[in-house]
Amino acid sequence: MMVVNPRQFELHSPTSVAEASSLLTSLDDAKILAGGQSLVPMMKLRLVSPANLVDIGRIPGLSYVKRSKDRLLIGSMTTHDDVAESPVIRKGCITLSEAASQVGDRQVRNRGTIGGTICHADPAADIPAVLLALDAEFKVVGQDSERVIRSRDFFQDLFTTSLRNGEILTEVVVPVLPPRTGGAYLKLHRAKGDLATVGVAAAITLSKSGVCADARLGLAGVGLTPLRASKAEKALKGRNPTDALISEAGEQAAAMSRPSSDIMGTAEYKREMVKVYVKRAIQECLGLAK
Amino acid sequence: MKQVSLTVNGQKLTGGAEPRTLLSHFIREELGLTGTHIGCIVGRCGACSVILDGKVVKSCMVFAQQVEGSELLTIEGLAKGAELHPIQEAFWEHHGLQCGYCTPGMILTTYDLLKDNPHPTEAEIREGISGNLCMCTGYVNIVKSVEAAAEKMSRTRRKKAIPSRSRRSR
Repeated sequence: MMVVNPRQFELHSPTSVAEASSLLTSLDDAKILAGGQSLVPMMKLRLVSPANLVDIGRIPGLSYVKRSKDRLLIGSMTTHDDVAESPVIRKGCITLSEAASQVGDRQVRNRGTIGGTICHADPAADIPAVLLALDAEFKVVGQDSERVIRSRDFFQDLFTTSLRNGEILTEVVVPVLPPRTGGAYLKLHRAKGDLATVGVAAAITLSKSGVCADARLGLAGVGLTPLRASKAEKALKGRNPTDALISEAGEQAAAMSRPSSDIMGTAEYKREMVKVYVKRAIQECLGLAK
Repeated sequence: MKQVSLTVNGQKLTGGAEPRTLLSHFIREELGLTGTHIGCIVGRCGACSVILDGKVVKSCMVFAQQVEGSELLTIEGLAKGAELHPIQEAFWEHHGLQCGYCTPGMILTTYDLLKDNPHPTEAEIREGISGNLCMCTGYVNIVKSVEAAAEKMSRTRRKKAIPSRSRRSR
């Protein structure tokens, strides 16, 4: 018989980030509850059973999308649906829009948050791969401290981030994609609602002469963390994006991916799919960049 | 145990909930509204879908204490007395159900989908209801029902638009 109810816990509902941070520091075995779309099922299956939950859903002012010059500022409690539907994000960073509209299903997107999926750090989640590829930064607030963590320093290991005890992610800062950039997020999954078997986040910038000026490629589902396909990016930069070069980038990305075999597929299959999806993602970007 | 108050189908209601009480169980056991079904336990099947503060969510993935002060619409709140909601009518007319277990969730997800997208394509409908599983596999008729509901609702909107114009002309 599968367990339906989580173990008993205390639920705390702070109304400020400072109060939340102090609760996280003073309480034993405390975890943040954001949208709950990963945490609640995990608690029901008793994969995790924290003694204390700090619900940050009652803290005002953590859900917003703003643009400040060449950066998008997104409150950590902004839902995937609000990210996907935001015209500001669609205009400034299409890769993120595309990925947000493919998270889970309608119900999950209505409740799940950008901050939640980042801090949960599931390597098969869609959004972390995008933010890694685009060099996003995360503003985190602790009890008496505030710092900015670069996405490349954030995802440390499976479900493990560089957040310290008491720190709360409050804002996601995403650089606006430059002109002549195409963006895409492509996802292979067994059924809608599944995490990515393979996810590819891409943004390609073309120069006026049609040479690839910049390339960004993030991979979901094929490592212990989201991965950046740096070699593939380097291969593309400064060159004409011919079919042969695009295939080469796919090969490079597959070579650096570290998938494991599981019910979604064998490692070999996933590596093949990295090739295919990286190629398709680049082609989609090129179509949009012109 | 804590008292949780919220507006359910337009009525102010209160019930007791432990921190770990799920909204789905609170709705059924504390509020006595058993139209919200519990299917899969792990947030995949969508049978427990409800409209929370205007958006469809799976009520088994929310703790009851989190919804203090919120507005909830469950399947019981959709019909006006004996008059079915157009989505309910469409599911009835197009046999959008076999055993009926997934139906309340399907209908409320359809409600949310058509609010955002009044004229969805078949692909958009299939994506829109992808968080709701039908174990009888009646998706063909469910999709037909959603299409019919969209058509009915746009007809109602057009009808409503005419008297309001004539009122203005008076």
